[in-house]
Amino acid sequence: MQPLNGMETHMKIRGFPAVRAAFMPGRSIQGRGRLAFCLVPLLLTGCTKSILDPVGPVGADAANILILATVIMLAIVIPTILLAFWMAWRYRASNQKAEYLPYWSYSGRIEAVVWSIPILTIIFIGGVIWIGSYRLDPFRPLPSAQPPLEVQVVSLDWKWLFIYPEQGIATVNRLVVPAGRPVHFSITSASVFNVFFVPRMGSMIYAMPGMVSQLNLQTDREIVLLGQSSHFSGDGFSDMQFEVNSVTGPAFDAWVQTAHASGTVLDRAAYTQLAKQSQKVAPVSYGAIDPGLFQAIADQTIPPAPGPEPENPSHAGREKTPAGRQ
Amino acid sequence: MFGKLDWSAIPFDQPIPIITSIVLILMILGLLGLVTVKGWWPYLWREWITSVDHKRIGIMYCLLGVVMLIRGFADAIMMRTQQAVAIHSPGYLEPEHYNQIFSAHGTIMIFFAAMPLVIGFMNFVTPLQLGVRDVAFPTLNSVSFWLTASGALLVNISLFIGEFARTGWLPYPPLSETTYSPGVGVDYYLWAVQIAGVGTLMTGINFVTTVLKMRCPGMSYLRMPMFCWTTLSSSLLIVAVFPILTATLAMLSLDRVFGWHYFTNEAGGNPMMFMNLIWAWGHPEVYILVLPAFGIFSEVFSTFSGKPLFGYRSMVAATLFICVMSLMVWLHHFFTMGAGPAVNTFFGIASSVIAVGTGVKIYNWIFTMYGGRVRLTVPMLWSLGFIFTFVIGGLTGVLLAIPPADFITHNSMFLVAHFHNVIIGGVVFALFAGLDYWFPKAFGFRLHEGWGKAAFWFSLLGFWVTFAPLYILGIQGMTRRLQHVNIDAWEPMLWISVAGVALTTLGAICQVTMLVVSILDRDKRRDVTGDPWDGRSLEWATASPPPFFNFAVLPNVEGEEAYWNIKLKAIESQQLAPEPEYREFEMPVNSPVGFYTAAFASLTGFALIWHIWWLAALGLVAAFAGFVVFAWRDVHEFHVPVEEVARAERARRAARKALLEQMAREGSPS
Amino acid sequence: MSPTSLHTAREAIRRVSEDPHRLGHRAHEGEGPLPGAGHGETGPADKRIIVGYGFWIFLLSDIVMFSCFFAAFAVQRNATAGGPGISQIVELPRVALETGALLLSSYTCGLSFAATNARNKLWTQVFLLITGLLGLAFVAMELQEFISLAAHGITPQRSGFLTAFYGLVGLHGLHVTIAGLWLLTMMAQVQVKGFRREIIHRLICFNLFWHALDIVWIGVFTIVYLMGVRG
Repeated sequence: MQPLNGMETHMKIRGFPAVRAAFMPGRSIQGRGRLAFCLVPLLLTGCTKSILDPVGPVGADAANILILATVIMLAIVIPTILLAFWMAWRYRASNQKAEYLPYWSYSGRIEAVVWSIPILTIIFIGGVIWIGSYRLDPFRPLPSAQPPLEVQVVSLDWKWLFIYPEQGIATVNRLVVPAGRPVHFSITSASVFNVFFVPRMGSMIYAMPGMVSQLNLQTDREIVLLGQSSHFSGDGFSDMQFEVNSVTGPAFDAWVQTAHASGTVLDRAAYTQLAKQSQKVAPVSYGAIDPGLFQAIADQTIPPAPGPEPENPSHAGREKTPAGRQ
Repeated sequence: MFGKLDWSAIPFDQPIPIITSIVLILMILGLLGLVTVKGWWPYLWREWITSVDHKRIGIMYCLLGVVMLIRGFADAIMMRTQQAVAIHSPGYLEPEHYNQIFSAHGTIMIFFAAMPLVIGFMNFVTPLQLGVRDVAFPTLNSVSFWLTASGALLVNISLFIGEFARTGWLPYPPLSETTYSPGVGVDYYLWAVQIAGVGTLMTGINFVTTVLKMRCPGMSYLRMPMFCWTTLSSSLLIVAVFPILTATLAMLSLDRVFGWHYFTNEAGGNPMMFMNLIWAWGHPEVYILVLPAFGIFSEVFSTFSGKPLFGYRSMVAATLFICVMSLMVWLHHFFTMGAGPAVNTFFGIASSVIAVGTGVKIYNWIFTMYGGRVRLTVPMLWSLGFIFTFVIGGLTGVLLAIPPADFITHNSMFLVAHFHNVIIGGVVFALFAGLDYWFPKAFGFRLHEGWGKAAFWFSLLGFWVTFAPLYILGIQGMTRRLQHVNIDAWEPMLWISVAGVALTTLGAICQVTMLVVSILDRDKRRDVTGDPWDGRSLEWATASPPPFFNFAVLPNVEGEEAYWNIKLKAIESQQLAPEPEYREFEMPVNSPVGFYTAAFASLTGFALIWHIWWLAALGLVAAFAGFVVFAWRDVHEFHVPVEEVARAERARRAARKALLEQMAREGSPS
Repeated sequence: MSPTSLHTAREAIRRVSEDPHRLGHRAHEGEGPLPGAGHGETGPADKRIIVGYGFWIFLLSDIVMFSCFFAAFAVQRNATAGGPGISQIVELPRVALETGALLLSSYTCGLSFAATNARNKLWTQVFLLITGLLGLAFVAMELQEFISLAAHGITPQRSGFLTAFYGLVGLHGLHVTIAGLWLLTMMAQVQVKGFRREIIHRLICFNLFWHALDIVWIGVFTIVYLMGVRG
């Protein structure tokens, strides 16, 4: 699996297409918020922050909400902390000038303020939660002139299988998507829980055996991104990254043609081989697929992927998985 | 004959566990040998192992917690260093081992370090503050402690016989089912936690009954110290949610041992059900930990500001509010499981609403300092450090409570940083504050202040240098539980975090040094009066350490801050209250049933793990037999003679009289 | 009714009706909180109240544990994995007998406690024995149900639904079995030690437990069996 650092490019905010404007509460907040983040001693890293450098509308929306909520909370938290330190300093025992009120322990006015500040803050946050949860519901299709690209995702131990049902191809550990077009993911797992996550594209969602989750994401430019699993799934988990190639429409079609030419077929036999535990799997393409494969995996007509093959059947409880045997 | 157990269970081929195990076994044998040679067994058995005294049990809980905290911290050091060195390389811990380490780290820290320490404080302090002689069920208390120790023993045995779980500290299925985790690791986890959980449930029952039904005369609910309110809330939560843990772990055990289908991948099992059940326990669990921590801070802020707690009634309301709300937020641990916007919205708002209760408490502590004479002692430093640290942790918690924000940060290092922020800033800082605060009461001498302050500063700095980079890593997209790292951009923050670990280790060394130094020259810091801090609640009315019966005569309480009123009256009239009429009373006898039950619980647990069925059955029968033998005893209380009570009380009164005279000479401290 | 047993019955009723600690009663009206009841201002409650209170809290916790198994049953009720569903395995006649046995045992348990209140050892033991035998009959019938189901391959390993069914019903049966062991122990203790204070306390707890199990059974047989008849 090739490392992905250094392949990600960093583009300025203003370069994003207009379609994002529909999802942005206001560029000024984003600019200011990003600046606020950079000012905090994160300068060390040269401001290469992943989820705050989104490349699609979903990611941008989520990042904006994160920044907005942070700013609101900081507005409460910083004065509170400063108040605490000031209070301890001013009323320290060695300071004889401060008045000593040994029996003062209640004030209705202060109580009213002290209850109101958190309540009002949380009412506002509650609004953000309500609106944000509906707008960023992973199942909600993205508004677009183009129809979504269908991709079916299966998490295996310990790699990702991507099936393109309309194109009739499949890949392992490489996701190619056309930029500017929404992608509708149907996600399941053949073994244990995983989470499908491309940090810079936006929301993640669980991959669960016997269930199909749905996720709608979109990239807005050509870029290579990191994808990963965000739910620990066993010994080979650390290598469960995949490459996301966002390319232009024509480049995508060209890639589909190349994949068709690869010759390998993802039929049940090939899938059974694939389902066995393995890790550090290099990207592979399949030129033809069994069309009912995803559904069979999802409703478990094909039984779930097997677990580790024990080194020694009576190996007293210390079974090693293939990853563990490295 | 021995089920799955054979010689290959011992990890001869893995240097780190086998060397650690050998060293530990030698240390333990050495300790046992020392005790034997010095002839301390009768004393230990009589005064500690079979003790049903809440103070002794509290100290043993804290000792267990501290020992396991060290082990959990060692795991943490290994984890952070592994991640820093394993960039494009396997590091020094292969996945099979690393995965056990992070699972053990979480399990130990929550179940065998934080819980015992918090329960230890509840045990030691609550009856003293309530003005009574012991908890409602003293023998049950002993059983609770020994069952918790039994669980800790099983976790430690897994280091050299077999393996530990490799699933994380909560064994999510299907990964934790036998298909994907065929080894004994998950079974060790299940039985250790199950046994300890039963102990904790019994503690919850004990303390609910104690706080609600056993208070000294005059102590109505609204005259109880704040720590007792938080003990009550935490115990109510324990009673409400530990049965959920028991049930869920039992279901997983049935799946693993008998092939049932509660959570399996096939035949109608439902792994999502596990997520709901375990987090319905798991979220209240962290409030079980943090509420008593808040109680400790309430005590510390008011004592070291020299004023009553600000807004006592609204603190009570906020505590009960948090207690109830904590039962309604569990889904925020899996917003990304796809329950839909309506469900996510409800739980997101509920999670944010808890921040209201916590916010009120923070402001009330701040206003407790207003108009006070704040003494910057070690407990106060920890409390101020808590306000700074915990409030930021709460901020990130509110961020995570927003589902769309959670969708890009779930299970990332941002989450890891958040929960360590609130647990360390909240619970651990409180435990260190409470340790310094109540140590003189428990042992009769104060801790060395210089080393205590050094420990605080190193720990505070160490915490931030360790975890601030993890927040950044989460923003950079790094997920949690990686055994090695394939992204170069994440390396700098990982190394800064290791530097933080080094600082925290220095803090830990300072704590140990503080204990050693304090014990070695304890005569310099003797607490002769029993009230070293000018305290306000009833535990400071007793001698340090208190006699086994706590109070010669149960105090009669007339207002909030019972002991403060007694003190003021004495100072005003320049004399102590008249000597009370001593009466004979009964105290519970010691009992080995706790130790015995736990010994057989450990045996049964071990047997179930390795499928040694005859041994498990034997263990259960022996435990039942022991219980019947215990129930057959004729004597369960003994009379405390009046002379003994009078003698202890007169010594205490003499010390107080001396304090009164000293205050008259030097001027009252208030 | 002979004069002796009438006197015994009157004695039992008198002890119960004049108990100053019974729910909602003040021994002397208008004198403030009752000492020994543990109401805040009056000092710690006496042992009997503490024991009973603590045991009630334990019962509540046990009911929470049962509710998890009820929840699992509700979630997995239809997860039959192609195997039999609830309507195929419910046998109402046997369930009716089980319910009758358990309800009757609750009644006899209550009678044994009335005898305890009158400090009558013989009748305490007699009614405890009958309670135990009825409980044994309950467990025996339940075991018979499980065995006959298993003989047809209807085992908990077959499907999630069967797991949840066996788990819930089995957990209740396990509780009844443990209560039965407790009952035997109590009978032995009453026989050897008589009506000492601790024995009375334990009998209070035992009674509470037995009645609570009966209540849980009502939940089980309604939600699992009655509601399962039509699948």
